[in-house]
Amino acid sequence: MKARKKRLAFVGLAVIGVAAASTLALTALKGNISYFFSPSQVIANEAPQDHVFRLGGLVTEGTLRREGDGLTVRFDVTDNAETVKVAYEGILPDLFSEGKGVVARGKLGPDGVFYAEEVLAKHDEEYMPPEVASTLKTAHAEGVAESATQTSGAPN
Amino acid sequence: MALNWFKFASPATFYPIAGRLIPVFWILTLLLLAIGLYWGFFETASQLGGSNPQKEYYRIIFIHVPSAWMSMWLYIVMVAWAAIGLIFNTRLSFMMANAVAPTGAIFTFLALWTGAFWGRPSWGTYWDWDPRLTSELVLFFMYIGYMALHSAIDDTRRADRASALLAIVGLIMVPVIFWSINCPDPNQCAALHQRSNLTRIDGNILFSMLTMTLAFWMYSFATTFMRLRGIILTREAENTWVQDLLNARGRT
Repeated sequence: MKARKKRLAFVGLAVIGVAAASTLALTALKGNISYFFSPSQVIANEAPQDHVFRLGGLVTEGTLRREGDGLTVRFDVTDNAETVKVAYEGILPDLFSEGKGVVARGKLGPDGVFYAEEVLAKHDEEYMPPEVASTLKTAHAEGVAESATQTSGAPN
Repeated sequence: MALNWFKFASPATFYPIAGRLIPVFWILTLLLLAIGLYWGFFETASQLGGSNPQKEYYRIIFIHVPSAWMSMWLYIVMVAWAAIGLIFNTRLSFMMANAVAPTGAIFTFLALWTGAFWGRPSWGTYWDWDPRLTSELVLFFMYIGYMALHSAIDDTRRADRASALLAIVGLIMVPVIFWSINCPDPNQCAALHQRSNLTRIDGNILFSMLTMTLAFWMYSFATTFMRLRGIILTREAENTWVQDLLNARGRT
């Protein structure tokens, strides 16, 4: 019986150790997950210069336009605080649209324009048929109007 | 305690019980799969609306989310059996952990694979080193590592203990996968993968998704028990009850 209790303590300690390690890792990661940089971070020069990084945010409404060559697209990415101009040459994903989340990978040019090599569209966790979604949207819009004074930070 | 649980911990007792349960779990699997797939294909909208206007391809969710859930759940189950094996030194617990691992690995692979095929049309890429995707890939390697370590050590009892410890250490990945997108402050979860929120899913889609999850769960029971019977026979081959069983088979 004593040996079994010893082993129980050993396994328990192992699990507690793993739990502690994961908590520490998660809290350490919290401030450091730089999967992408927000426009505010880019404006504040927190993003690496002369290096490829990802820029994440929302495509500003009404800024998407195509160049004369028919290939290059330009749009603004915002986190509702700052805005970064993006230029991209290539095919945009299906879910890409103005006002929606986007993750672009590329370099910041000397002119302050972000030259993207790859543009990915983000979507949220809502899975609703169009008719249900539209009724929810009006409800959501009313909610937003109420809390309009409290400006939010970066989009999720 | 009226019921002696340790009786079921004997491979000789559990072998016939598993044999009788396997067909039950297979029937449940097929039934739930049929309901889940029918509902997913014919009772759900072919076009989503609102802030996530995906077309038909969103239906990968019915395979993708259940397999991702099962990949994490089966890892917890595997670690639980491995820990019980370490504490109580029961042979059957280690065999159970061994039998769960391949099914868990398959579901992890399925989650990654279907995710890739979903990511291409919706995000625009098959793969990206996003926190969620990366941590799920590490979980896949944990399953592979567990199985590889176990088969690399010839002495089964040593192999059981060593791989059980590896499995417990790998448990760290389960909370990491969960919180990689569900951290309390949404502004700190910089990820390509969307968060998860069951309340924002349409009832029909949710029903199909949960039915498929149950189907995958029943499938896990069926395949685990089948594999377990094989493992029991191999490991207990020298015991008299296996000899008796084989002789009885041979006579009929």
